[in-house]
Amino acid sequence: MIKFSLNGKNVEVDVDTDMPLLWVLRDELKLTGTKFGCGMGLCGACTVHMNGQPIRSCSVPIASIEGSTITSIEGLPGTSQSDAGPSETNLHPVQQAWVQHNVPQCGYCQPGQIMSAAALLEQNPNPSDEEIDQFMSGNICRCGTYPRIRTAIKSLAANHKVE
Amino acid sequence: MIPIENISRRTFLEKLSAVSGGLILGAVIPFRHTVASPLDPSLDSLVLNLFVQIAENNQVYIICHRSEMGQGIRTSLPQVVADELQADWAKVQIIQGQANSDYGSQNTDGSRSVRDFYQVMREMGAAARTMLEQAAAARWQVPVEQVSADQHRIVHSLTGRQLSYGQLAQEAAALPIPAKESLVLKPRSAFNYIGQPVQIVDMHDMLTGSAIFGQDIQLPNMRYAAISRSPSLGATLKTFEAKDARKVSGVYDVVVMPDRGKPVSYKSLSGVAVLANNTWAALQGKKQLKPVWQHEGHDSSNYLQGLVSSVQTPGQAVLQRGDFYTAIDQCADTLNATYTVPYQSHLPMETPAAVAYFHQGTCEIWACVQSPQATQQTVATELGIDPKTVKVNVTLLGGAFGRKSKPDFVVEAAYLAQRSGSPVKVFWSREDDIRHDYYHAISAQYYHAGLDNQGRVTAWLQRTAFPSYGSLFREGADMPSDGELSMGFADVPFAMQHLRCERHRAEAHVRIGWLRAVANIHHAFAVNSFVDEIAVKTNVKVTDLWRQLLGNAGTVDPTVDGFNYRNSGKSLDEYPIDIGRFHALIDLIESNTQLYKTLPKNQGWGFSIHRSFCSYVCVATKVEVKNGRVAVVEMHAAIDCGLVVNPDRVRSQLEGSMVFGLSIALMGNMTVKDGQIEQSNFHDAPVTRMHQCPSVTIHIAPGDKQLPGGVGEPGVPPVLASVSNAIYAASGVRIRDLPVNKHFRI
Repeated sequence: MIKFSLNGKNVEVDVDTDMPLLWVLRDELKLTGTKFGCGMGLCGACTVHMNGQPIRSCSVPIASIEGSTITSIEGLPGTSQSDAGPSETNLHPVQQAWVQHNVPQCGYCQPGQIMSAAALLEQNPNPSDEEIDQFMSGNICRCGTYPRIRTAIKSLAANHKVE
Repeated sequence: MIPIENISRRTFLEKLSAVSGGLILGAVIPFRHTVASPLDPSLDSLVLNLFVQIAENNQVYIICHRSEMGQGIRTSLPQVVADELQADWAKVQIIQGQANSDYGSQNTDGSRSVRDFYQVMREMGAAARTMLEQAAAARWQVPVEQVSADQHRIVHSLTGRQLSYGQLAQEAAALPIPAKESLVLKPRSAFNYIGQPVQIVDMHDMLTGSAIFGQDIQLPNMRYAAISRSPSLGATLKTFEAKDARKVSGVYDVVVMPDRGKPVSYKSLSGVAVLANNTWAALQGKKQLKPVWQHEGHDSSNYLQGLVSSVQTPGQAVLQRGDFYTAIDQCADTLNATYTVPYQSHLPMETPAAVAYFHQGTCEIWACVQSPQATQQTVATELGIDPKTVKVNVTLLGGAFGRKSKPDFVVEAAYLAQRSGSPVKVFWSREDDIRHDYYHAISAQYYHAGLDNQGRVTAWLQRTAFPSYGSLFREGADMPSDGELSMGFADVPFAMQHLRCERHRAEAHVRIGWLRAVANIHHAFAVNSFVDEIAVKTNVKVTDLWRQLLGNAGTVDPTVDGFNYRNSGKSLDEYPIDIGRFHALIDLIESNTQLYKTLPKNQGWGFSIHRSFCSYVCVATKVEVKNGRVAVVEMHAAIDCGLVVNPDRVRSQLEGSMVFGLSIALMGNMTVKDGQIEQSNFHDAPVTRMHQCPSVTIHIAPGDKQLPGGVGEPGVPPVLASVSNAIYAASGVRIRDLPVNKHFRI
């Protein structure tokens, strides 16, 4: 049994210890917001937070998660809990910026993008353009929403001047 | 926790929905109109039905019958309906239509959802509005001229009485649907939603992880299948280790996938499936299979050399004007060049996935498909069951670019589900997606121009060779089809006296498929590179050369010169090849950029322009080439797509096309050796990442007076040559063989 905290609740799972966290979330716990993109930690679609840090959940076996605090897209602060129903206003600042700048196209990579962006701004509230590019280059978007992701993150930067 | 079953009946609409007492419209606006699919013109026909439902609780349900893959169609077409309906957008909910021929074509490809259905959606909205007006007038016993629809209510002008749509729904539903000819459509000045940047309807779900894609479908007792597939066409399975796979914890079965023979079409590939209780176990089981295949030895490098050689020789003429071969001998000067583009992979972020469940005499499917009716038909044919028993629910698509038009992955799920009492999900890994794609055709193009002694082009020859997607449907099809040649080849918009277009044979050795912009990709690269080379040779600004080659305003008709031109399924009367619109677009990009301003050393601009899917796009790209590395710094794209329904989605599609086109131009290179694709994941099949993305500015030409043209694909083709032309300007190195990363670091 592997025990960890997920989105503020204690969870226990009984699976093969080498099963990556991604599949524990999706298949075992039925949380499908975290996406599969490559299975090799190359695309960022599976990004969640482990003890506040962004990790590629497709490449982290569940055994390594024992005792950790995990946040998935469903648990990003500001996101309402699923059984309460979605609320337009209860969004994390990153999600609000995504709305303001109409970021998503197909939407598939966006949970991973949002989790990475949230982690970036947590670590570095005022990233430079280069820092944004470097940090976010681990998240692939095939629809090409990069220009809007950049604008959205910059709008949240601490020294951002509102025009 | 979210419930195990994450599909609600509300999400997927049955043909006759159980919205009790509500108004269900449809049926009686017959509109028979053949829309050519990329494949077979006789397959598609448009009949309108069942797009609007109004419930007594005042919710309006608008059906989207086209697949959402990021182009925003679940928003754009419904906003047209809602506008004519005079609905309050906040009270509108979108329902995804299942496979149902009553909707007309659901093949979401060819950038045609808006241009094919704009008028139809207006009529559907107007019809519903008319019936609500009639119902209100009847209830109030007043002439219908005294009532009008406004924001989800019908209002009686004289008394101010009003009734909501919900209150009128039942009576309106009992009325006959008005004749199309009697409908009054809104004047453009009265549009509330059309032309507005309406926010996408799935925004909240996408941001919070509750949006359901094909990969996300969950059903009780669902099983998971991972399949080890044939590495190349016609390969034979010799041996595999079922025993070792079955030993993996969670695996409960190993099933051989049948060889469905030729032509390959949308059939599932042969192979071996591992079935398990979860995805991870299925993948681990698949690793233990160790299949041994006997297969042919296609080599893409040798094959490309063959294409290059063939285009150095005369091919079969498909278009001729004047007499090129005589004229060229009399030219004062000539230039020729050969261009190549490798196989490309679609690489949608969401790999293919499908769930199938046989229950109560039905084969029910949930899948991320672009073509639900073709899915229904293919599953029925391959499994030998009645298509009427196949129900196809369409999820959101996590990107597609044409891959998900081919429902081979759904056939897999249906086959395995048929043998099981449980629902079966077939999961494609990224390796599966890359190794078993329907590839964009590898190609070689040859261009030869003759100039007079003033340096003006008087004679022009182009040859193209690439395996056709026709090979999917007809064994031995080895000539580019008229449809493919209509994409940037035989429709070159030039006015010179002598023009000749020739095609060459090319056998297919892999599954060839259409990938966002299709044959426009390599044709636009070649023609725009060649025009740039002529501009350099004759010391003329490339935009001025384009103006010369285009000639005076007017229209081009390739049929005049003997070619069976397809025009993306539209008539040339409705959607002419309009030279004036090319000129206007060049003017637009020039006025928004400084293409000819002196730049620092190692920087350069590249220009490219292309018409495809009835729209016009030009792209200007600035690159810096330094120490063997290319950095794409800035891109501007201008689009003339006629009337714009949702300008924010047009902008986002163009932004996305720049990034997508950069992936092809800079690094797109799928190679085959010994019959197998060499690449397997994003480390060896790279795509554009954030740090490689330039600043992007989109300019939308005012297009109110024109019919809507395509938006999803037209931005891609001009990207390639804009990059290689810019690299030439910056470095003096001319790239004729893509991708760029064969020549420079990126």
